[in-house]
Amino acid sequence: MNLAKLNDIAAATKEKCKNKKRVCVCAGAACISSGAIQTLDSMKKIVKEKGLDKTVDVIPVGCIGACHQGPLVKILPDETIYQKITPAEAALIAEKHLAKNEVVKSLLFATGAGKESPVNSNETDFFKKQRKVVLETCGNINPESIEDYIAVGGYQALYNILSTLSQEEVIAEVKAGGLRGRGGAGFPTGLKWEMVHRYINSTKYVVCNGDEGDPGAFMDRSVLEGDPHRILEGMAIAGYAVGAQKGYIYVRAEYPLAIKRLETAIKQARVQGLLGDKIFETDFNFDIEIRIGAGAFVCGEETALLASIEGKRGTPRPRPPYPAESGLWGKPTLINNVETFANIPKLILIGGKEFASVGTQKSAGTKVFALAGKIMNTGLVEVPMGITLREIIFEIGGGIPGGKKFKAAQTGGPSGGCIPESHLDTPVDYESLGALGTIMGSGGMIIMDETSCMVDVARYFMDFCMNESCGKCVPCRVGTKQMFDLLNKICTGQGSPADLALLEELAPYVRETSLCGLGMTAPNPLMSTLRYFREEYMAHINDHWCPAGVCKMEPAAQLAEAHS
Amino acid sequence: MSQAQVVDVPESDPRVKQMLKVIKNYQKRPDALVQVLHAVQDTFGYLPMNLIRVVSKELHIPPSRVFGVVTFYYYFSLKPKGEHNCLVCTGTACYVKGAQKIIDQISASFGVKDGQTTPDNKLGLQTARCIGCCGLAPAVVLDNEILPRTDPAQITGLINARLGAKK
Repeated sequence: MNLAKLNDIAAATKEKCKNKKRVCVCAGAACISSGAIQTLDSMKKIVKEKGLDKTVDVIPVGCIGACHQGPLVKILPDETIYQKITPAEAALIAEKHLAKNEVVKSLLFATGAGKESPVNSNETDFFKKQRKVVLETCGNINPESIEDYIAVGGYQALYNILSTLSQEEVIAEVKAGGLRGRGGAGFPTGLKWEMVHRYINSTKYVVCNGDEGDPGAFMDRSVLEGDPHRILEGMAIAGYAVGAQKGYIYVRAEYPLAIKRLETAIKQARVQGLLGDKIFETDFNFDIEIRIGAGAFVCGEETALLASIEGKRGTPRPRPPYPAESGLWGKPTLINNVETFANIPKLILIGGKEFASVGTQKSAGTKVFALAGKIMNTGLVEVPMGITLREIIFEIGGGIPGGKKFKAAQTGGPSGGCIPESHLDTPVDYESLGALGTIMGSGGMIIMDETSCMVDVARYFMDFCMNESCGKCVPCRVGTKQMFDLLNKICTGQGSPADLALLEELAPYVRETSLCGLGMTAPNPLMSTLRYFREEYMAHINDHWCPAGVCKMEPAAQLAEAHS
Repeated sequence: MSQAQVVDVPESDPRVKQMLKVIKNYQKRPDALVQVLHAVQDTFGYLPMNLIRVVSKELHIPPSRVFGVVTFYYYFSLKPKGEHNCLVCTGTACYVKGAQKIIDQISASFGVKDGQTTPDNKLGLQTARCIGCCGLAPAVVLDNEILPRTDPAQITGLINARLGAKK
């Protein structure tokens, strides 16, 4: 592969699509389960039957974002999105929009009732405030075609750095971009690369953490499914910068489609000489292997993940030494999250300075969130850092369905916390969310309304941590169990003020003495709900009553109350 | 799944040869253990005890360590699954949208608890931490097919249709 060939592929692919409409049928896991494959097949068949195939391409694409309205069909270059398209409605779209250029108004993607849906879906409330960097081409290109990715500028960043930049210059660029780890903790990415780069004369590895275990998070799945080449390119760039020749992508077994698309992408990249030996006719060799997880949440922790790649039980070990010094098989290892790698090609192409112009001063760029729970528009959104939670939930997300009242936004999964209404105007960045007692997390955002009980939610997450604790260290193994039992007592109406005091005493111990992030953050959901919804705990304890009507009180507790 | 018999697979089974080929593809590297176990479970539906010993021998890892890895990961099963399998997602989004009611309904309709199969081995019920389809909560995976926005009132019918279709 060389630049001329890369440009040839891009030009040829663009030429093929020239003056043609492109029908993108969302083939993300969510749309597939709503029947997208039938819609895709029907659309293909009808386009052929009507002889439209000279002017129309029908392709499957990755996640378009608005999962609640799937199967979605997007027409390019018009940027028109149609929602909940059945095979029969696909025929209608072909007949009107594709053949006669007439928009089918009744099927247009809509957010919020009572408003007329714009023909250009980027003008809808759902898309208007979004800013796409990671998801730039996800939903516009066929994830199973390397040509499609190259046509939108793919692998150009890899060529640029290999031909013009030294390793140090690449790292300097990433540092200038101010990119921070998107897995949740927010460690500066450039700094991490520099740490690995520093070790000379050693075999090194690049690892992509795709063990997206937080319940309620599906950003990485969507990126892996929708734009796998972007991850490969990001990893190759990292490999060059730190001096590694081998990369591993660790993906959950629960994401079979992501694994399949990655396998296809890796094969294609090898054939094109974009992975393997002498990439772009330079001395840079880099190859990537997939490692499939086996359902252990703790494997999202970096040292546990590395143990799992080595084929062992996925238990963490104390740090330091950090993986940057001693990682896979004791060698210096760079480990970044899927979304972090997905940011890299764009960062290189536009330059660090331009990249940092989006977002806030300390948190540059954008963040992908998975909106779910009691919210009108569930799905995948990418927003600039610094946007407020209120904008995400009420403008992009469309607010709470069924006329219910907002109660809390939960970010960071079992390691995060709940944010109440009073703090909704907080800007989304690492520091601000940290100050609220939660974390940015990997991007799961679950919205809860008045019918969700905060004590029950705290118990749910404690149950999660208790079950997923690997058992290696005592504070986590025993502490989560004790905290769960106490929460369970409160949820069944048998708790006392002393139990609450004990919980508050126990939580800091678990946080400070656990071996890894799982135990250290396990008390977060408890602590944050206690901080903002203490009155709900008190209602359970003093009145044996669950204000949200979720917890079933033990009859004995109510009986005791009646006799007292 | 108390009713299911734990059975060994005879080593003359043609699929065992296939398994040995997978191990060879990984050049018998011990670090491929988790990947090899995936391949075995994909082929047989579970991890037969005698084949765990074969894997141990081929990869030069003590059986105790292989067993330790097998039991550590939630995904691996030492017992055969049901003919049809229903996996209810209990991720946060599904939880707040009523996954427990779905589980209760399935348990009541088919007399099967989480982690068990029905006495005739027709249906197995499992739960998952999160399948990443939070936009479609509450979600259920029935024989590898994701059912979006399930409803306790309809789930029994959906499963019955599946059980009937492949009799």
